Amino acid sequence: MKNTIKHLYVGLIYLFLYAPLLILIAYSFNKSKYAIGWQGFSLEWYEKLISNQLILDAAMNSLIIAICSSLAATIIGTLAAVAFYRYRFTGRKALYTMVYSVMMSPDIVMGISLLMFFMFIGLKVGFLTLLLSHITFCLPFVVVTVYARISGFDPNITDAAKDLGATEFETFRHIILPMIMPAVLAGWLLSFTLSLDDVIVSFFVTGPSFEILPLKIYSMVRLGVKPEINALSTLLFCFTLVTVTISQLLIKEKKR
Amino acid sequence: MNKRFNFKNISISIISLWIIILIFIPNLLILAASFLERDETDIIKFIPTLENYLSLFEPVYFEIFVKSITYAFVTTALCLVAAYPFAFIISKLKPAARKACLLFVIIPFWTSSLIRTYALIVILKSNGILNSFLMFTGIINEPLEIMYTDFAVYIGLVYTLLPFMIMPLYASLEKLDKRLIEAAYDLGASAVQVFTRIIIPITMPGIIAGCIMVFLPALGLFYIPDLLGGAKSILIGNFIKNQFLTAGNWPFGSAASVFLTLLLTTFMILYFKAMKRFNASLMD
Repeated sequence: MKNTIKHLYVGLIYLFLYAPLLILIAYSFNKSKYAIGWQGFSLEWYEKLISNQLILDAAMNSLIIAICSSLAATIIGTLAAVAFYRYRFTGRKALYTMVYSVMMSPDIVMGISLLMFFMFIGLKVGFLTLLLSHITFCLPFVVVTVYARISGFDPNITDAAKDLGATEFETFRHIILPMIMPAVLAGWLLSFTLSLDDVIVSFFVTGPSFEILPLKIYSMVRLGVKPEINALSTLLFCFTLVTVTISQLLIKEKKR
Repeated sequence: MNKRFNFKNISISIISLWIIILIFIPNLLILAASFLERDETDIIKFIPTLENYLSLFEPVYFEIFVKSITYAFVTTALCLVAAYPFAFIISKLKPAARKACLLFVIIPFWTSSLIRTYALIVILKSNGILNSFLMFTGIINEPLEIMYTDFAVYIGLVYTLLPFMIMPLYASLEKLDKRLIEAAYDLGASAVQVFTRIIIPITMPGIIAGCIMVFLPALGLFYIPDLLGGAKSILIGNFIKNQFLTAGNWPFGSAASVFLTLLLTTFMILYFKAMKRFNASLMD
C-alpha cells in the first residue's frame, strides 16, 4: 500500500513534467489547426515549418551563435580556471568572486547592463553584441566546471613535469589538458545549450538585423498559438534528448 | 622561460580583461545610471539624483516588488513541497532505477523553458486540452479561465523551476546515511522525530541550495508572467524590461535592477551565514 502511494506520487510528478511536452509532440502531427481533438495524422506543420525561411534563418543564427560562443567560452574559461588554480596573482580572489557572482546574478540584470555598455561604447546591437554577451554568461559555468575538476588533482604531477623541464604551456598542453578534458567537454556542452536556450539576455542585446530562434519563438507565441511551433518544439525536444544522452555518456566516461 | 611567462600572462590577462570590460564596467554603468536623470532624447542626462530610488517606494511600484517577492516565495515553497517527497523516494531506489529516474528529471531541465511555457499554453488556454477534457467528462460546463491569471503564472513557474529544486535535494538525500535513521529508530524516535530531527537537518544544504536555485530565477524570468499572466501580472522582471524597452526610462529601470541585485545579495549573504552556522553545528 505504502509503495503504491509512493509510485503514484512519483508518477504524478513525471506526468506534470512530461504531459505538456508529450501533448505538444502529439499535436505537431495533428491535422487540426486549433488543437481540439485528434483529426488524423499529418506532417503538414513540419512542411510549413521547413518552408518558413524566417524560422530557418533564426535557427541557423542560433546555431552559429551557440557554436561560436560556446567554443570561445570554453577556451577562455578553461584558461581562466587553470590560471585561477595554478597562479597567485593580484586580484585573483576578486576576479573569482566576480565569476561566481555572475552565475548568481539574474539574467535580466546582465542583459540590461550589457545593453547599456554596448550603447555606451556605440556598438550596434546584432551579431557581435550577441556573441560577446553569450560568451560572458557561459564563461562562469565553464570556469566553475573545470575548476572543480582541476582542484581535485595531485599537484605533484605538474611539479614533476616542471622538474623534467616542461614549460608552462607544455605542462598545460600535455598534462593538465588531457586530465581536465571531460570537464572541458561538459563545460562546452553546458555553454552550448545555455546559449541555444537563452531568452532573457538575448532579448536585450540583439536587434532586428539578427534574429535568433528563442526570440523568434517568443514573438510567435505572443502573437498566438501556431501549430508550426508544435513541430518546431518537437524537433528541439528531440535535439535535447540527443544532447542529454551524449552528456550522460560523457559523464560515464569521466567516472571510469 | 619566455614561453612560460607568456602563457601565464596571456591567460591571466584574457580573463581579467573579459571580466573587467564585460562584467564589471557594464554593472558600474547600471549603478551610475540609477543615480542620473532621465532624458527624453538622449536617454540619460548627467544630473545626479536620488529620484529613481525614491520612486521605487511609491505605492504603485513598491507593490510590484512585494508581489514579485511573494510570487517567488510561493513558487519556492510549492516546488519544495512537491520535490522533497519525490527526491526522497527516488533516492531510495536501486542504483539503476535511480539513474533512470534522475535522467528523466534532467531532460525537462535541459529543454528550453520557452517551449515548456508554450506547451502549458496549449494545455491551459480556454479551448485547450484541460478544459476540453473537463467539459467532455462533464465536470464543468463552461471553460475555466486559467490563462492570464495568477494561477497560470504559478503553474508556469513551478513547472519550469521544479527540476532545479529536485536536483540539489536529490544530491543531498542520496548521501543520507541510512544507519543514522536506523539508529534514531533504535533509540525510540518516532517517524516524525526522525524526519524533523535527522533527515531535514542533514539535507538542509540541499534544501537551501534548491530554494536559491528556484527563488533567483523566479524573480527574473519575465517571459513566463508575460506569456501566461498577460498584461495584469507585472513582476520585477517585466517591470525592468518595460522600463528599458517600452518606457525608455533607463535610469529608473537601472535603479530597479540595482534594488533587485541588492535584494538577492541579501538573500545570498543570509544563505552563507546559515550554511556557516550549519557547518559549525555539524562540527560540534
